[in-house]
Amino acid sequence: MEHTASELMTVNAARLLRDGDVVFVGVGLPNLACNLARRTHAPNLVMIYEAGVIGARPARLPLSIGDPTLVSGALSVCSMYDIFTLYLQRGNVDVGFLGGAQIDKFGNINATVIGPYDHPKVRLPGSGGSQEIAAWANRCYIITPHQKRRFPEKVDFRTSAGFLSGKTERQVAGVRGGGPQAVVTDLGILEPDENGELILTALHPGVAVEQAVANTGWALRVSDQLKITELPGEEELRILREELDPTGIYIK
Amino acid sequence: MTKLCSLAEAVSQHVHDGDCVYAAGFTHLIPFAAGHEMIRQGRKNLTLARATPDLIYDQMVAAGCARKIIFSYMGNPGVGSLRILRTEVEAGRLEVDEYSHFGMITRLQAGASGLPFLPMNPTAAVDLEQSNPNIRRVIDPYSGRELIAVPALHPDVAIIHVQRADVNGNAQIWGILGEQKEVAFAARKVILTAEEIVEEDVIRSDPNRTMIPGFIVSAVCHVPYCAHPSYTQGYYDRDNAFYLEWDKISESPDAVQAWLQEWVYGVRDSLEYWDKLGAEVHNRLKVNPRLASPVNYGDY
Repeated sequence: MEHTASELMTVNAARLLRDGDVVFVGVGLPNLACNLARRTHAPNLVMIYEAGVIGARPARLPLSIGDPTLVSGALSVCSMYDIFTLYLQRGNVDVGFLGGAQIDKFGNINATVIGPYDHPKVRLPGSGGSQEIAAWANRCYIITPHQKRRFPEKVDFRTSAGFLSGKTERQVAGVRGGGPQAVVTDLGILEPDENGELILTALHPGVAVEQAVANTGWALRVSDQLKITELPGEEELRILREELDPTGIYIK
Repeated sequence: MTKLCSLAEAVSQHVHDGDCVYAAGFTHLIPFAAGHEMIRQGRKNLTLARATPDLIYDQMVAAGCARKIIFSYMGNPGVGSLRILRTEVEAGRLEVDEYSHFGMITRLQAGASGLPFLPMNPTAAVDLEQSNPNIRRVIDPYSGRELIAVPALHPDVAIIHVQRADVNGNAQIWGILGEQKEVAFAARKVILTAEEIVEEDVIRSDPNRTMIPGFIVSAVCHVPYCAHPSYTQGYYDRDNAFYLEWDKISESPDAVQAWLQEWVYGVRDSLEYWDKLGAEVHNRLKVNPRLASPVNYGDY
């Protein structure tokens, strides 16, 4: 079955989620991935939104992080201070989804500025919830198109921490979360090696290693156990197209 | 004692040039009508604080109301960037005081609790801390570990939109609660805007839902549809189409000024603004009821 790059990324991100995970969700593809996982292999997934919604069951596609559909039928709604303290800082969140303009070799993310902070060439939106999600969620996943400008060797600004300049540096810093566990792109999947460096661990069917290397801003290493991902299944695509994003806002 | 007055009176009396203003609401209940009233009254040199500046501050900055912005996510939610804010910051014309969401709301929690600061666990991402002297380190006196500290935020004026309030300012909110309660207690003055003004008995019938007690409120304004193009849970939907439209309008400074002329300076108040939106928009934003099961407080 034909699929778009967004569908490919969403389906692969959904497969990383485990039944029973408590997930800090963002709008767009992470929201689709979580809802897809909940309708397939992870019926007990608990979706948490930074606006303070716990156990959301959105009846329609949320178009903002504070969409009213997240509230109606949710398990609980609390203040933002509660969501960031009782849920995230306390260690009650299994998975966080992150995004950003730049992701570097060690999974550090820039969502703040291109160029110097005081005189930015491009002013980006900034952290939002991501600085703390990246630090304190047990596992973090990143969904992003695979483009060289998005994958520099070093980010201009560390909005949120991956493995800093190596896994031991993150361990010494003493943050509770495990850091980025996978970056899902439209070419394949990057995962941290034992030192926290992102290496190519899987390719989507039909993609060549050279494509991934050429679209990465550092000398991308390839796992000696490189896998090929399974194509999106008919049922996964049906759920995405018919139930979750029928007008194709995010998956087209 | 009734604190009921018009929004124009409340802004005129309580918002002064140079003030730090916090118009509350995380996506939900953003008091756009109050932003528009501050624009109409020509407020200048404001420090505008909000976790997400949203279109309300993009519009106020375009109208020349602000000199500084305190924020934690400067995007058009679900759409892209806030073009006017972004341009002003890139040009160095707008002072910036930036946090993560957690840093921002921790500042409010400290302010609301009467504490000078509050600690947070470190995140290992230190670039913002190194760019903002307000973000500092403190030593945990028990473990000796370093923690991150942010100072209390005390806005001069909080503007809080709610579903219902009585004339004394006892206010109830449901749906996304964001930072409303913390902002109200942190601020020096509170202007309340409400979809409905109800009898005190209605408030007393469900005390768990009261987020803000009247005695910290300075003014109560009856402002139906105050939050458009944001929304009020159970009353009307978010106008996602307008958030997309603003992305187009804000590509051109001339189009922005024309929009302000037509939709802010050109209307008297929020009711005229709502009427002007027309039946098609009203219908599109209508929501069907979904009632909660009643709770029994018991008759003691």
